[in-house]
Amino acid sequence: MFSIERWQEVFDTISKNKLRTFLTSISVIFGIFILVVLLGVGEGMKNGIEKQFQSDAENKISVYTGVTTVGYKGLNPGRYIQLKNEDFDYTMSANAGNFESASSMYRIWSGLITYGEESGSYRVEGVMSDYQALESASMVSGRFINLTDQKQYEKYVVIGQKVADDLFDEKDPIGEYIKLSKINFKVIGVFSDPGGEREESRVYIPLSTSQKVFGAGNDIRSMAFTIPKRTNFDDALRESEMIVNDLTNQLKTKYKVSPEDTSAISVNSSLESAKQFYDLMDVIKVFFWGVGIATLLAGIVGVSNIMLIIVKERTKEIGIRKALGAKPMSIVAMVLHESIFVTAISGFVGLILALVLLENLGPLIDSEFISNPEVSFNVAITTLIILIIAGALAGFFPAYRGAIIKPIDALRDE
Amino acid sequence: MIEIKDLHKSYKVGKNSLHVLKGINFSVKEGELVSIMGSSGSGKSTLLNILGILDEADQGTYHLDGVPIKNLNEKIAANYRNKFLGFIFQSFNLINYKSAIDNVALPLIYQGMGRKDRMERSMAYLEKVGLADWAKHKPNELSGGQKQRVAIARALASDPKVLLADELTGALDTKTSYEIMDLIQGINDEGKTILVVTHEEDIAHMTKRIVNLKDGIIIDDSMNEQVKAIQNV
Ligand SMILES: Nc1ncnc2c1ncn2[C@@H]1O[C@H](COP(=O)(O)OP(=O)(O)O)[C@@H](O)[C@H]1O
Ligand SMILES: [Mg+2]
Repeated sequence: MFSIERWQEVFDTISKNKLRTFLTSISVIFGIFILVVLLGVGEGMKNGIEKQFQSDAENKISVYTGVTTVGYKGLNPGRYIQLKNEDFDYTMSANAGNFESASSMYRIWSGLITYGEESGSYRVEGVMSDYQALESASMVSGRFINLTDQKQYEKYVVIGQKVADDLFDEKDPIGEYIKLSKINFKVIGVFSDPGGEREESRVYIPLSTSQKVFGAGNDIRSMAFTIPKRTNFDDALRESEMIVNDLTNQLKTKYKVSPEDTSAISVNSSLESAKQFYDLMDVIKVFFWGVGIATLLAGIVGVSNIMLIIVKERTKEIGIRKALGAKPMSIVAMVLHESIFVTAISGFVGLILALVLLENLGPLIDSEFISNPEVSFNVAITTLIILIIAGALAGFFPAYRGAIIKPIDALRDE
Repeated sequence: MIEIKDLHKSYKVGKNSLHVLKGINFSVKEGELVSIMGSSGSGKSTLLNILGILDEADQGTYHLDGVPIKNLNEKIAANYRNKFLGFIFQSFNLINYKSAIDNVALPLIYQGMGRKDRMERSMAYLEKVGLADWAKHKPNELSGGQKQRVAIARALASDPKVLLADELTGALDTKTSYEIMDLIQGINDEGKTILVVTHEEDIAHMTKRIVNLKDGIIIDDSMNEQVKAIQNV
């Protein structure tokens, strides 16, 4: 169907009708340009929102406590539920093997830190070694708190990049001592966190040390766990929901909290928030594809119209060809070939233009909501395939008209 | 070669029907050079278009080289046009963005002939009509006579059984007309069956048989002492 002859004819007619071809192309170029830019922006929005989610491990389950709001089993409301080390140990043994990483946390409220002349107020948390994974923090230098530090009640501190910048300027903080509520702690590491400055203005000390030094006994503020990643999001979600339910039941039973009480013990899964996010993303995606396809459709209708005019203009020629033995199929092929070729080439131009725009403008855009708009290779390929189909679609009506016109009528056309 | 019996054809004009061919009986043997004469509107083109399978009769039978031409689908009709028939039109009907040789090659494309063979063959026919040097020229660079020569080369290219020419000299001056008729006579002398539609007496007298059409019926069909066109050039 697409022989060399046909290509030659397509090039012949296109080069004979440059202006017409150009005008045809514009609408397709525009359509595909809009589609790809929209998809890029959609991807950017996804990146933007995803970034906010990536501040912590994505499969994290956290346990917080508060004050009971409902009376239960003879106990009055208004009781504060204080988690203890035993709760963590119990949870760990009750869910053996379910968790990938786990840590409890104790929060020190007076977070004044000084180094020489410099000082600042930061969030101070006593944590276990797994806390790094739970926060998806990565070490800039030095190391995180480990099991030995924990066992030996070391006065070590790991500080966020922001804290390091504030207190140490250009100086290497590792090995330096900072004062935390007048007690000296040795800096053993600096971390960065995808959560940005907010999460990088924290400091971490061993949980055991925090409880001992700040007189907390066995108290902990919260617990956090991650479950192993699953390739299937729905599986992961189901698994996390199950664990969330188990944890809630276990703790509520232990502390005699009413099943209806939602604030005394709250167990949250980041996957559930992620689900909401992915659902939202799907809606946005559908919307952008919709708008893009609609624009493209307008382009297709434009091409179809122009192809129809082309076929009408070429009615006489079609008549001549038929008189010389052109079969209806060869007329269809001729029209479709030109239509697909023009659509594909101009779509390609639109795609390139959109990619150039996103490539150059994309990295400059980095707000809360849009970050690095881009188009994946797959999307680019998909749009090209859509274009071929679009070209065929646009050519269909004109081709059909050309095919069915009677040679005698076509020849009479002036 | 051509065999028609009781051919009728009407056109719809608004609510009325215009009866153009009112029972044509007529046959052409191989190697004949026939002219169909008649005044304007007598139905000559209508007849020729039916013979050329460009149009269909309402009634009657038509056999082309023994093959019945009736209710053909477009695909088969296209195939017959390509294999059996060569058309020459008054207005040449060349494709204006194609060079002379590409115009001649067109029917060969529809035969599925390869490019090399096609070009060789088209060139040979351009030589035959004396336009070898003009092969690369587009129609708008050619004179009327030259255009008609290209059209004749194109009609011959697929080696059809019959050439059908509708007022082929209608757009040409007398001298050029006779040159074209000389070419047609030459082609007929080589054995090709040719049907020429004309309303010009002198052109008709250059054929071997004159069929006179009036108001949709044949009023006269007789052999003619062929005038050689070359004598008038
Ligand atoms: N497509 C058509 N629709 C209606 N009338 C037509 C059509 N083609 C030809 N006619 C009419 O049929 C008659 C014969 O036309 P035609 O065969 O072209 O005559 P000729 O070739 O002898 O001049 C004329 O009156 C013409 O107006
Ligand atoms: Mg974090």
